[in-house]
Amino acid sequence: MELAKKWIKVTVNGEPRELLIKPNITLLDLLRDYLGLTGAKMACISNSCGACTVILDGMAVKSCSVLAMQAEGSEVLTVEGLAEGDKLHPLQQAFINHAAFQCGFCTPGKLMSAKALLDENPQPTEEELKRDMEGNLCRCTGYKKYIEAIMDVAQHPVKYSAKEG
Amino acid sequence: MREFEYLRMNTLQEACSLLSEYKDEAKVLAGGQSLLTLLKLNMISPSYLIDIKFIPELNYMDFDEKEGLKMGALTTHRTVEKSPLLKEKFTVLPETELVVASVQTRNWGTIGGTLVHADPIGDIAPPLIVLDSRVKLISADGERTVPLAEFFVDFFMTVVEENELLCEIQIPALPAHTGVAYQKFSTIEAGIKIAGAAAMVSLDDGLCKDAKIALSAVAPVPMRALKAEEILKGKPLDDRLIEQAAQAAAAEADPVTDMHATDEYRRELVKVLVKRAAKMALERARAS
Repeated sequence: MELAKKWIKVTVNGEPRELLIKPNITLLDLLRDYLGLTGAKMACISNSCGACTVILDGMAVKSCSVLAMQAEGSEVLTVEGLAEGDKLHPLQQAFINHAAFQCGFCTPGKLMSAKALLDENPQPTEEELKRDMEGNLCRCTGYKKYIEAIMDVAQHPVKYSAKEG
Repeated sequence: MREFEYLRMNTLQEACSLLSEYKDEAKVLAGGQSLLTLLKLNMISPSYLIDIKFIPELNYMDFDEKEGLKMGALTTHRTVEKSPLLKEKFTVLPETELVVASVQTRNWGTIGGTLVHADPIGDIAPPLIVLDSRVKLISADGERTVPLAEFFVDFFMTVVEENELLCEIQIPALPAHTGVAYQKFSTIEAGIKIAGAAAMVSLDDGLCKDAKIALSAVAPVPMRALKAEEILKGKPLDDRLIEQAAQAAAAEADPVTDMHATDEYRRELVKVLVKRAAKMALERARAS
């Protein structure tokens, strides 16, 4: 039997959306298939790799492991919502400056984890940063350069301020 | 994921009433950090998904110096990790949370959900067991509390009946001069755990008045190492005695060989981890 679709209200990157969805999809499916936001990546789909990380009501979550219906009434921020117009987010700029990615597949997830972390703890120690980024795997660049990039943003917020450029 | 009907609950009563109607046709969803993986792999295919994640009355933490802690089942791992109250009263819990999966999983996953999922590699069960925790189960017919040590039945199986749900975790106040610690080993920190051990040591006049040891990932369920506990009780603790207890715990463990480690290696790790956890618990008991 075909089960009834359900309406869901969710704000994505600041824009309120109302969508009719099947209940058996993940937040990642909703973002990619219904909204065309393909920044969050589908990779392990088993809650391991972190490539699908988005920020849900201020918290980093693995969107492959959150049922879309659970985002009802929530605010979701994806990598597409990081930049302000043409102005990259400080973390995005720092990732470029530090050459912190090669293939880029894990980068959106890493950016979102890093943003959630810095929003909560703007001056993390390197140890705290490494620990809180554990949920985001990388299979090419490695783990050194993006740690440097995030630490750079934490230590030099003015240099990377989106407004002052 | 196969199709199911999604039902978002606003009250505990509503959830209990639907559970007693749908029974094994329904699955209870909290954070879904384990359940969604099972759904995506089609390992389970419930007709109804009863979402309790947003029931406000299941999300709380109450502490009383005499009664101890009562924590709603929907308390997230991250809440436990960050709680100043728990850092002060039950340090081992926030400490353990730092090594539970990843931040993203801890943000959305709940303590109740983890316990009911009953994966024997779960990190939070062993410290909760040595803290003498109980869990409250509720259904449309009433409620009961069960010691966490008797809660797990087999791999991914608990005493929760099909019409029941876990609503509260209860932790008694720690007696004086008591220390608790948890140690685990995994090849990478956020990776699959190979073995884990929690220890509680309670001192009275230099003697070990009470001791509890619980192991994870080395048996079908998070298990108490009762023989190891007996070795410690009633005696003045020293390295030699802790070594004996660790040997006993390794003998009691019932590990399997899988892609992550052999049973022999796991048993060896139990020895090491019990020793470390017991020594740390002892130090903490002396300092408290």
